[in-house]
Amino acid sequence: MRMQLRSRWLAATAFGLGAVGRADVLPEDRTDVLYHRYEGGGLTVQGPSVLVRKKFGDSFSASYQYYEDLISSASIDVLSTASAYKEKRTQHNLNVDYLHGSTLYSAGFIYSKEPDYRSNTGFLSVSQSMFGDLTTVSFGYSQGWDSVGEVDHGVVVQSFNNGIGHANANHRTWSAGVSQVITRDLLLGLNFEADENDGYLQSPYRPVRFLDPFSIKGYSFGLAVAPSTRTGTAGSAQLKYYLPWHAAVDGSYRLYGDTWGIVANTVKFGYTQPLSTAWTLEASARYYWQSHANFYSDLYPYEDSQNFTSRDRELAQFHSLTLGLGASWEFHPGWPHWVDKGTLNFDYNRLHINYQDFHDNLIPSLVPGDEPLYTLDANIMQFFLSFWY
Amino acid sequence: MMHRILLGGVLLGGVLLGGLLLGGCSPIQPWVKPYEREHLADPIMSFDRNPISSVYLDHVFETREGARGATGSVGGGCGCN
Repeated sequence: MRMQLRSRWLAATAFGLGAVGRADVLPEDRTDVLYHRYEGGGLTVQGPSVLVRKKFGDSFSASYQYYEDLISSASIDVLSTASAYKEKRTQHNLNVDYLHGSTLYSAGFIYSKEPDYRSNTGFLSVSQSMFGDLTTVSFGYSQGWDSVGEVDHGVVVQSFNNGIGHANANHRTWSAGVSQVITRDLLLGLNFEADENDGYLQSPYRPVRFLDPFSIKGYSFGLAVAPSTRTGTAGSAQLKYYLPWHAAVDGSYRLYGDTWGIVANTVKFGYTQPLSTAWTLEASARYYWQSHANFYSDLYPYEDSQNFTSRDRELAQFHSLTLGLGASWEFHPGWPHWVDKGTLNFDYNRLHINYQDFHDNLIPSLVPGDEPLYTLDANIMQFFLSFWY
Repeated sequence: MMHRILLGGVLLGGVLLGGLLLGGCSPIQPWVKPYEREHLADPIMSFDRNPISSVYLDHVFETREGARGATGSVGGGCGCN
């Protein structure tokens, strides 16, 4: 039976409170229309997104976002044990804000749907400006409820989770953030986040590989078994500095650790340079490194050789570099009269990942595990139009 | 271990923040006056000038990496292929 295998992972319900916002004003009224495209490693994901935000009176603001992924995949995970596939994911976000004095209350809900994955996420947050609006402190909580299935030829099957059918995954996230004005040219942001997950926290489509002397290749694939709980903590700091020639430079660092043994570091630098009243250019570089999960292995000595097993490459040890360029053109349309300004934006990122313990098993090797290490290059593009009113 | 260190950092930050709040018997004078915030108010000084774009990029990274969080965005669903 030809299985349509695809890679899945637990829902991303991370909720960080930006060290970015102010709590004494409502967000700006604006609409963004975006087209995004990711292409790399045999996978293409593209689609539109629309974000609309509007104030109601002096105290209320609401936003709605629609997001769509059109996926065409022939990635190494798919080709190892199955055949290429196509599918669609849609997501709806609804958010409301209430401003009272220097305090901003926010609440929202996110619903995501794809053939074998449903996700519901609710979140609450509160931000307070203090010390002459030089400091903004934020706290937040989010909770997610996911339903995970497995699709074979477009039909949801029940071949995992001990035959129970759809498995569930729950996520809870607590976050705190501080935004601080340091000088008239320097901003500091600090973010902390702790998340707790339980339930089915693995992909049903990413099998493990183990040595098998009865197989022609010398190895076979079997079911992965990940722990049913995972707790992670992340902390980040970011700085932004205004340069004398009307430009800005920023840098950030994030440290992450979890109970699966993954430790990750993220370093990012950015530079923003307005060229005139209309054009603004941006450049960025992001370096990421992570250690593997305690139970991860590219090749186990035999089937069921330990309690927990995974060959999910998101749990492998790897480092990656992402270089980005962006351009924005601002214009002031005369019509319709209620539009103040608009921007046309293009953003391109080049991602390169070097896996350090995930081998490319699609390349034949006489000795299992001696295949070359897998590398991934991807192009990430965004084109979007923004209007303020 | 790393998890405990990070959790300790969060608690320490909370204690320090609480101390700041509770210790505010004398009002703190803003050291950057409102009329000195012209540079800070410039759109290029925003940590997140285009939320629709940054949320998308965060999602791209989260679905390919083991780490997540503390980026200032809310995600949902999987779409992780």
